[in-house]
Amino acid sequence: MCPGDVQSIESKGSEGVNPIAGRANDFLTIYIAGQLFGIPVLQLQDVLGDLNVSKIPLAPPEVDGSLNLRGRIVTSINVRRCLGLSERAEGKSVMSVVVEHEGELYSLTIDEVGDVLALKEDSYEKNPVTLDPKWRGVSLGIYRLDEELLIVLDVPKLINDLRI
Amino acid sequence: MDELIGEFITETNESLEELDVDLVNLEKDPNDRDLLSKIFRLMHTIKGTCGFLGLPRLEKLAHHAENVLGRFRDGDLEVTPPAVTLIFESIDGVRFILEGIEQNGEEPAGDDSDIIARLDAVYEGRALDEAAASDAKSDSIKLVGDKIPHEHDTDDSEVSIDDIMASNDLGVDDEDEDLDDSAEEAAALAKKNQPQAAGEESAAAKKTSIAAQSLRVNVDVLENLMTMVSELVLTRNQLMQIMRQQNDSEFTAPLQRLNHVVSDLQDGVMKTRMQPIGNAWAKLPRIIRDISVELDKKIELHMHGQDTELDRQVLDMIKDPLTHMVRNSADHGIEKPADREAVGKSPTGHVTLDAYHEGGHIIIEISDDGKGLSTQKIIEKAIANGLATADEIAEMSTQQIQQFIFHAGFSTAEKVTAVSGRGVGMDVVRTNIEKIGGSIELTSIEGKGSTFLIKIPLTLAIVSALVVEASGERFAVPQLTVRELVMVSEKSEVKIEMIKGSPVYRLRDQLLPLVYLNDVLKLKGYNAEPEVKASEEGASAEADGGSNVVDLKTHSEAQNQYIIVTQIGAYMLGIIVDRVFDTEEIVVKPVARILREIEVFSGNTILGDGSVIMILDPAGIARATGKEEGTDVGAGVEHVEESVQHDTAEKTTLLLFRAGDKAPKAVPLALVSRLENVNIDSVEHANNQMLVQYRGQLMPLLPFSASQEIPQEGNMPVLVFAEGKKSMGIIVDEIVDIIEEHVDVQMSGRDGVMGSAIIAGKATDVCDVTYYMSSVSNGWFDIQTSVGYDSDDVENTSEHARRKILLVDDSPFFRNMLTPLLSVAGYRVTSVEGAAQALELCEKGETFDLIVSDIEMPDMSGFEFAKKVKSEDSIWHDIPLVALTSHGAPSDLDKGHEVGFNKYILKFDRETLLDTLEETLASAARG
Repeated sequence: MCPGDVQSIESKGSEGVNPIAGRANDFLTIYIAGQLFGIPVLQLQDVLGDLNVSKIPLAPPEVDGSLNLRGRIVTSINVRRCLGLSERAEGKSVMSVVVEHEGELYSLTIDEVGDVLALKEDSYEKNPVTLDPKWRGVSLGIYRLDEELLIVLDVPKLINDLRI
Repeated sequence: MDELIGEFITETNESLEELDVDLVNLEKDPNDRDLLSKIFRLMHTIKGTCGFLGLPRLEKLAHHAENVLGRFRDGDLEVTPPAVTLIFESIDGVRFILEGIEQNGEEPAGDDSDIIARLDAVYEGRALDEAAASDAKSDSIKLVGDKIPHEHDTDDSEVSIDDIMASNDLGVDDEDEDLDDSAEEAAALAKKNQPQAAGEESAAAKKTSIAAQSLRVNVDVLENLMTMVSELVLTRNQLMQIMRQQNDSEFTAPLQRLNHVVSDLQDGVMKTRMQPIGNAWAKLPRIIRDISVELDKKIELHMHGQDTELDRQVLDMIKDPLTHMVRNSADHGIEKPADREAVGKSPTGHVTLDAYHEGGHIIIEISDDGKGLSTQKIIEKAIANGLATADEIAEMSTQQIQQFIFHAGFSTAEKVTAVSGRGVGMDVVRTNIEKIGGSIELTSIEGKGSTFLIKIPLTLAIVSALVVEASGERFAVPQLTVRELVMVSEKSEVKIEMIKGSPVYRLRDQLLPLVYLNDVLKLKGYNAEPEVKASEEGASAEADGGSNVVDLKTHSEAQNQYIIVTQIGAYMLGIIVDRVFDTEEIVVKPVARILREIEVFSGNTILGDGSVIMILDPAGIARATGKEEGTDVGAGVEHVEESVQHDTAEKTTLLLFRAGDKAPKAVPLALVSRLENVNIDSVEHANNQMLVQYRGQLMPLLPFSASQEIPQEGNMPVLVFAEGKKSMGIIVDEIVDIIEEHVDVQMSGRDGVMGSAIIAGKATDVCDVTYYMSSVSNGWFDIQTSVGYDSDDVENTSEHARRKILLVDDSPFFRNMLTPLLSVAGYRVTSVEGAAQALELCEKGETFDLIVSDIEMPDMSGFEFAKKVKSEDSIWHDIPLVALTSHGAPSDLDKGHEVGFNKYILKFDRETLLDTLEETLASAARG
């Protein structure tokens, strides 16, 4: 990652310019189908490799199944399906990031985990109006990085949208 | 020292410590209501508990302080700085007495009259300095006495009618109603232990501070601990499994130790959640006493097994159902003394509560020696509520009839008393008990009494479950719901049979409706290859933990299927799975919130091998397949079929046949009475008509189409249509299939054909049965005229002819099918395609003898339509209304009756339809 993007946590206050609450704008960056996304670090519990996921019949297609994370049951969500993307190519390794939502654990399957970045407030922008509606629903906005754009994933929204 | 007093001191000290922090704030804001309420509640609790524990000094102080605080809290009095000081002093006084009790086991000697006098002075609204001059102390006490009932009304949010009624004659005792939980427990224990309470204190016990011996722990902490222990158990199981495969290992001994320690730890943690069931019973003696006073009965309550412990969570959930049932027993069950004596019983009725452990469950028995359930009353009520018809009831056992009391809105009490009989009763009880995986059974002998047997799991956290497999996925089924397991193989004498695509099984002398788990869960390919099975067999043997192996596959060669027979209320359902593994103790965890709506699962769990599996909820599966409330197994079968039918759109079962040309023809199966193979040799000719002798009657035969070739020899398939005693046959070339399809007649028809529709992907002619019925010579069936063969028929038909029926159904197919059906039966039918058109007719002033309406209709549903029709200002107000529906969900049924439908009929049930119309018209004529 570009060192220019990194900013020390201390230098930032909690001036709430963007809708992401929290004391620091630290994000874990992830890649899904080549697109860079960010998840606020504060929501993060764990990053997992490939795990044994049991299927849940009758669950929405976006739910891959459930897995056991140290005695807690984690519901696995296929973010590609949530975003209306094509399926991951067979045999490619899978990563999951585990987030806690309303006291329950969910793992979001993604392609690749990047880095932890602290992002500048002034590089934040609202969703472009032309953004795919499906994406707009789960995006909290965009950060302009030097080389690419980072979409902030609205994890609670993503999960709540799956309620049957 | 008495254990109870110890507990009381611990609790009170904790509350006081909490208060210390807040008290400082009281100085700053003397009129802080929340804080005042808090102190008030504390004083109230102390006062109440002291009454039980026999601590008069503390009780008195707390009582007077409470009075004053009550007024402060209600805003009657302003909290002045001297008053704050007084509150502080009272609290210090309480603390002083508590310390004394803690040290010596009894209240310190001394007198609080000074502070009490000042408290009373404030209570009466006098300034503090006047207090010394007070001489009207007796008056003030009287005033206090008057004040109590008033406080009770306003303060206690939980106050019930009973409490208010009881408060008049119960003095101090009624105060325990609003004590907090812990005080209540203490009170219950106090009652129990009082005999031993005296003189057991040992000098040694007094030395250590009571407060240090027990502490309160947040349930979340315990919950968390529980999870960790569960995880530890799982890890232990994994290790043990590995150990079993390696015989000699240096780990054997330490692992054994670990095994024991973990087991003990698990037990220990479980114990922290356990409470004696007596806690849930504490209020019952009061309730029984109130009832006996109010209803002038003599009732004795006997309780056994109060010490039986069960999980707190379970305890909370059965508290209300238990109370309700005891109330019921006392109110409905026990007769008045005079009535009892008249039938030779002792005037005093007995209600007995019994709790005991039985194989991982707690059994609670509630029995009374009252009058038992009146089967006759239940039957009347069941018929009146439309829960069953007289015919159905005639076939039921007494036991089955008694089960009706578990239906919603069912109460046989003639009068609604304040105590019970509000009609929200046993159904709620049953639902609550089933929610925690329990079951309830009822045995009642009229005149002798009733016994309810409640079986509940010891804990909700860990249950024993059967692990099964369907389509390669594993699931857990709670053992509690499993009645038995049946294996069906190629060699089995009894096989799974199909009725119209729904599997059923002859289980001894009953027909058991079945569902394929793979179907319910929409899993692929439940007809797995036998080879795959065989190879998996070995794997499963390994996976079996060694204990409790359900060995069902000893002689299995070909594909076996296992039926898990589950009991859902009074109703049984078989779930077909591919394999059955093992029983395992599982830790039930709730499913993720986003998956809560999937009703077939009651939770999920982690197995010994670390994998996550879903826990099936048989009741949910039954609901998912469209029926839950089937009262007998036979009814259940029909419902299973139903469920398939209303999967998507309204579907009709059609008989497909060919006749004449190649194009497929279809006729609704419901209209066909029988299919026969008629030998051509038996066909006779009379009056230019083909006839055959059929069941002692003549039956005219018609070819489906004129162009059809009648075979010269052999058999020909005939569709038999019957109406009353008359029947006729239509000769066809070949019967092709029976399928379920949504029928949408698109092309208009010609003679004998109602129209064409796409059925099974092909354009198909839908047969118009009425055409054939009317074209049989001699007016064989009376459709327009009322000439019949025997006098009975004439009377019936002519009577019918006057009857006008309005048929409201959005589906043209149903209108087309039902109109001829009803015309054939002799009614004059007007059919409209929606509620709006029907209401137009109403405005025009048309009248009918009966209205038959569909429920699911666009624009306006049958329910709304019924509401309009039955509204006061409608001219159709008195016309009987019959609902026609493709599925009979119990909730729909209830709703239907609510909005004014007299009867509810399933669409495909022709016999019932005609019978019901007949009945409804007859009863309307009578009424």
